[in-house]
Amino acid sequence: MGQPHAPLLSLRGLTRRFGGLTAVDGIDLDLAKGGLVSIIGPNGAGKTTLFNLVTGLDRPDAGTVNFEGHDITGLSPERLAAQGIARTFQLGRVFGNLSVMDNVLIGAHTRLRAVKPAVPVIGPLLELGLALLRPSSVRDEEERLREEIKAILARFGERLLPRIDQPAYSLSYANRRRVEIARALALKPRLLLLDEPTAGMNPSETAEMQTLVAELKAEGLTILLIEHKLEMVMRLSDRVIVMDEGKKIAEGPGEAVRGDPKVIEAYLGHGLSGTPEQESAA
Amino acid sequence: MSSWLDYTINGLIVGNVYALVAVGLALIFGVSRLINFAQGSIYLVGAYIGWVAVVQLHTPLPLTIIFVAVAAALVGLIIERFGLRPLQNSVRIAPLLATIGISFVLDQLVMLTFSPNPRALPSQLPDIRFQIGGGTIGPLDLLIAGVGISSALLLFVFLRYTKLGWAVRAASQDRDAAMQMGVDVNRVNQTVFGIAAALGGVSGLLVGMYYNQIDTAMSLQATLKGVVAEVVGGAGNVPGAVIGSLLLGLVESYGVAVFGTSYRNLFAFLLLVVVLVLRPNGLFASARQAPPEPLTGTFIAPSRPVRIPRWALAVAVAAFAILPLLPVSFYILQTLINAWLLGMLALSLTLVAGTIGQVSLGHAALLAIGAYTSALLSLTLNIPVGLAIVAGGLMSAALGTILISPSFRLRGHYVSIATLAIGEIVSLVILNWESVTRGPIGISGIPPLSLFGYDLISPASVYWFAYAVMVVLALLQSRLLGSHLGRSFRAIRDDDIAARAYGLSLNRYKSLAFIFGGFAAGISGGIAAHLYSYINHETFNTQQSILALTVVILGGLGNVVGAIVGAVALVGLPEMFRIAAEYRILIYGIVLLLLVRFRPQGLLGTI
Repeated sequence: MGQPHAPLLSLRGLTRRFGGLTAVDGIDLDLAKGGLVSIIGPNGAGKTTLFNLVTGLDRPDAGTVNFEGHDITGLSPERLAAQGIARTFQLGRVFGNLSVMDNVLIGAHTRLRAVKPAVPVIGPLLELGLALLRPSSVRDEEERLREEIKAILARFGERLLPRIDQPAYSLSYANRRRVEIARALALKPRLLLLDEPTAGMNPSETAEMQTLVAELKAEGLTILLIEHKLEMVMRLSDRVIVMDEGKKIAEGPGEAVRGDPKVIEAYLGHGLSGTPEQESAA
Repeated sequence: MSSWLDYTINGLIVGNVYALVAVGLALIFGVSRLINFAQGSIYLVGAYIGWVAVVQLHTPLPLTIIFVAVAAALVGLIIERFGLRPLQNSVRIAPLLATIGISFVLDQLVMLTFSPNPRALPSQLPDIRFQIGGGTIGPLDLLIAGVGISSALLLFVFLRYTKLGWAVRAASQDRDAAMQMGVDVNRVNQTVFGIAAALGGVSGLLVGMYYNQIDTAMSLQATLKGVVAEVVGGAGNVPGAVIGSLLLGLVESYGVAVFGTSYRNLFAFLLLVVVLVLRPNGLFASARQAPPEPLTGTFIAPSRPVRIPRWALAVAVAAFAILPLLPVSFYILQTLINAWLLGMLALSLTLVAGTIGQVSLGHAALLAIGAYTSALLSLTLNIPVGLAIVAGGLMSAALGTILISPSFRLRGHYVSIATLAIGEIVSLVILNWESVTRGPIGISGIPPLSLFGYDLISPASVYWFAYAVMVVLALLQSRLLGSHLGRSFRAIRDDDIAARAYGLSLNRYKSLAFIFGGFAAGISGGIAAHLYSYINHETFNTQQSILALTVVILGGLGNVVGAIVGAVALVGLPEMFRIAAEYRILIYGIVLLLLVRFRPQGLLGTI
């Protein structure tokens, strides 16, 4: 639990209500730089809604989100991406008609400099002009990014590289999840949010994914993880947060949380055990 | 201030009629998340069936109403069964395009059967007026109010107290859950389409009687008004649609009172744009809604584009370039010039609708802006024609993008509605802004095409000019698609939420797409103005927007070569087979329907 530095991400009293339902209810969370915190909980506990609040896809009714000491509550997802927050989606939102390469290049969009001069007002028009003219600076940047993306794809072994020019809709479910993670890595994130990265994967694919996440953590990436597969959570997490009905019901090191009677009740009380594949979106 | 009471009563009565259309739209949207662009056509069919009943069969009024309701309901059932049900599991764009196609087919069938000339539809009620306060009210007003209120009541009872009504409400709240609970969604859809069509048909009959005149232009107007009312009330919200309709009727009526009749529609569409900008979920939606569910599947049909080798393209480009040197008839050159002009419009639309996924139904407005700018600059300021055309393109890019920008945060069907309304606004402004646009008289004596002081009079020179401009625009667009902007546009089309999460600003990239597309369309309009030498507010109409859309779907969404191939096919083939003009739009509608059903990716595939 001890945090030598100020946390990279810090949530205070984060709350989101949908009509009568409080999907996220006063959540506090601190994530140190280089740390990995997992959020677990039964289906409908509000985990994905929490991710949406952190990444700007939804705005909280109350509470604050702090990132690197700045209040980023309610900022647009575009701004947050530019600040280095990347996420993957629970249901796998790849761009179906784009090739694997293009999907991952979109991940690097916020890093485009040569083609997107930071000029106010006429910046977009310059971008259009540069895209059409393509001077050598723009071509070089594109080339560099393409090489870099091949390196990112190489992290997935032979899963994606041979399919680099195939449209994403033709990929298997597991490969789409990999494309999503590659896309997030292309942003060079300072904070990575993974929403059930192993959903729909078989045991060997899950093991592969676990190795990859462990590598990313070892490289110093800060990660917030939603995951149902408890074994993976126990192995990777510095800390585990358990949510149920929008509230945080337990927090601590994996083993401690696992034995917490409230946690067991939350899972069993809802008639759930084992590892459900999906949760409903709310 | 007795006249104000009159305007209020008139507003409420017209609003009541809109409500009959809007409630149908709201029901359909509630159950199938679809804006039925064919609703106005059913209204049109209702009016003409009513005419047959009244004028030819001499049925008494109650029988006429029942007859129209049943016949219109049948049309609705046919549309549901054969037009939409086969598309249930297809991409989201498919049913949208299908209802547009159906609407054109129905309108044309009515026009071919009854001729486009207006007909009188006599009211079957005694012509007496009652004094109320300072205003007057007639029996037909009361009948319209009565039909409006009683159908609202019947609908309420049906939805609230019958088993099928529960099923409809359940399906509109959560289609999948309703299906799992054993609700027969097909039957619900049928019911809803039947009710909506019956209401729409009766509404057409009553409006025809109210104005004592029916004509085929009623269809588009009714769709637009119904959609405006529905969106104002909040899509899918039945009571909201009623209130939205009354509000629309009042706004129009007061607008007419202050500014005159020709402004009636302008107020309707301005109301729509204001609501879309300020409260895109309608006036009665709660301010914060649950975030949209992740949408599975993409907006357009996934496909691999047909790869055409470069040499084949080069050969084709060269072959068309030397065509005027061969002994071809003036007629063929003329046809191909039209194809190149349409090709430029299609390039524009394939970028906007295909590459970035904003299905515009008002694209002809961009032609009009380019045409008027170029014509007026060359006529009044004596600017050389070549420069004036470029200025037309730039004006179209700038003005088009500004006008469409309120719709940038909308999605799918809403974009189509907004563009349709904005297209109508442009045409109405051209009609009413007489000091600049010369109003209904139009602009005549526009100087012919010329370049560097040389007039392009011969068909061959005009051909080469239009062809060269189109090829340059096509090359530029291909280059754009190959850049980071091409992939950014396509990413926004495929999943705008994921795109935003990776830093793509929707406003920025939709603006850029409309700037680039607006320029191509404006150039096309500018050239057309100098070619025709006369233009007015009807030169660039909704039919051209629909034709361009059909071309784009035929060629393959986002496909540059496809847009041009589609333009040549849809302009050339009817000429080749000498198909009479009045059948062409019918054919375009049928082509659109067949494509959506059997080859949604078009001839050359989506890019």
